Amino acid sequence: MTNKTITMRDSFLTRILQGMSEDESIFFVCADFGAPALDEIRKQFPNRFVNVGIAEQNLINVSAGLSLEGYKVFAYAIAPFITMRCYEQIRVNLALLSQVRQINVNLIGVGAGYSYVVSGPTHQCYEDLTIMRALPNLNIYSPADHTTAVALFEKCVSTSGPKYLRFDAQVLPVIYDSIIPDIESGFNVLRKGSHICIIATGYMVNTAIELSNRLARKKISIGIIDLFDITGFNAELFQSALLPYTGVVSMEEGFKGCGGLDAMVFDFLNQQKMDMHVMNIGVPTAYSFELGTRKSLHELVGIGADVVEKKIMNFSNKLLL
Amino acid sequence: MNSNSFDLREKAMWVWKETLAIHRRAPETRLASSLSPIEIFVALYYGGVLRFDPHSPLNEHRDRCIISKGHGSICMYPILSDLGFFPTGELERVGKEGSFLGGIPDPVIPGYESINGSLGHGAGVATGMALGLKRKGKKDQNVFVVVGDGELHEGANWESFMFASQHKLDNLHMIIDDNKICMLGNTDEIVSHQSLSDRLISFGWECEKVNGHDVFAVQTALQGMISKDNCKPKALIARTIKGRGVPGMENAPLSHVMSLKPEMIDKLLEQKQ
Repeated sequence: MTNKTITMRDSFLTRILQGMSEDESIFFVCADFGAPALDEIRKQFPNRFVNVGIAEQNLINVSAGLSLEGYKVFAYAIAPFITMRCYEQIRVNLALLSQVRQINVNLIGVGAGYSYVVSGPTHQCYEDLTIMRALPNLNIYSPADHTTAVALFEKCVSTSGPKYLRFDAQVLPVIYDSIIPDIESGFNVLRKGSHICIIATGYMVNTAIELSNRLARKKISIGIIDLFDITGFNAELFQSALLPYTGVVSMEEGFKGCGGLDAMVFDFLNQQKMDMHVMNIGVPTAYSFELGTRKSLHELVGIGADVVEKKIMNFSNKLLL
Repeated sequence: MNSNSFDLREKAMWVWKETLAIHRRAPETRLASSLSPIEIFVALYYGGVLRFDPHSPLNEHRDRCIISKGHGSICMYPILSDLGFFPTGELERVGKEGSFLGGIPDPVIPGYESINGSLGHGAGVATGMALGLKRKGKKDQNVFVVVGDGELHEGANWESFMFASQHKLDNLHMIIDDNKICMLGNTDEIVSHQSLSDRLISFGWECEKVNGHDVFAVQTALQGMISKDNCKPKALIARTIKGRGVPGMENAPLSHVMSLKPEMIDKLLEQKQ
């Protein structure tokens, strides 16, 4: 894998394009949302492509109907719209129906967290992990780079059931340039540390790497787990990965304390009866209209590297007392 | 399957009685809205319109039929059991512990395609199925969806109506059980569907109206619809009466959740002997 600069969206759509030439049962549905790679799909496979227009409820319903007819469907729109505009359609026609019917619909939501930086809170997405976690039978994937996104394609076509892929809209640094993360385990140990381990998802994995570098210079060794399969990660392996630590920090670009990654971590530790100190990093529960860079917005709401560095140092000091 | 109009009328009367009998045993079922679409379902299932296989309900050669107004389709229980989708003895257990026949039908019932109320979902899913069949080149199968007039308030329906005509889905057939009453009153007084056929035509649909209680007329209209390959999705507005055949319930604005006392049902069934 090279360090090419490409969005998750473009790399994943390119993989779908390749997949469509090998598998005639793949159908692509979009809600009037494009990408350069999508133009190729439209051109090469007009019979297995449809644009429903700006109509996310119909996007889900049509996708469910196509899936009932045997297609493996990829449905594509902006993250807040493909999750919240059509939530009951997802609940009823995907999550519920998939319990009694073969349904393979893969929702690709572009624009996780603050990734539509200047578009403001309507197009940013801080609630999707929370609400999608509430649905049974639905798997959630939250990759941190385009390599992971592409690796998820095989999982999408080979596994039945509805899935939600939470993609960043920006070109992000390549995290996996020499290896491909193990999709089956659902997470990857990026760094090993002592005492504290960060569990991060999506863009926040980058922040975790930056924090780890900074803290290493201060002789604080932080572990990092990139959790990209929010619902189906291997619990046994995950527990083993956490065993060396006494403290865990969850980091998400979503509302804090509302049932997202932080709640998932608490649930997991509770279920596994793991007695660990926990700190949650997430967006305070308010919408913000401020403009800035993604990094400056993150600092403003308390999830940027500068702010979190101090929080982790305090957390670390308390643990070592 | 061949049925003459006399048989269909007799069958509709039998379904009406069975529906009342189910309601007597399970008063939580929605009776009024289950009495308005009886002739629609009888024409579909006994009138040679819909092709199905009770022993293989999801057989790929079947015509698809989504019953979007699920609450108001308790009358389908006797029809499906009569046709062999499940044993008739199950009708005794509607709403009871361990039964698969609930107050609102779920897709665990053999013969039900999909989700049936929550309202406003059937038309969109049927549209996806119709598109899927078209794109696979399957020209023999039709997709039917039975909706209530009240549920057309849900905007997702209209998203699918625009889409269906755009993609020339002439294998899609919507039957509107136009009983003109929602839960809290007359549809026209809540949010009116005035000129519904004009609205559908302006959305690119072919639209026909029929007396929804004339089972032979419904059958004829449906057969006409499926015989046309004219690149247009088709709607049949079946004018019906909510609570049909039950004095005090017929056309009563608040009939939706009205339950009948057992003695009233006994009296009605006796009168129809």
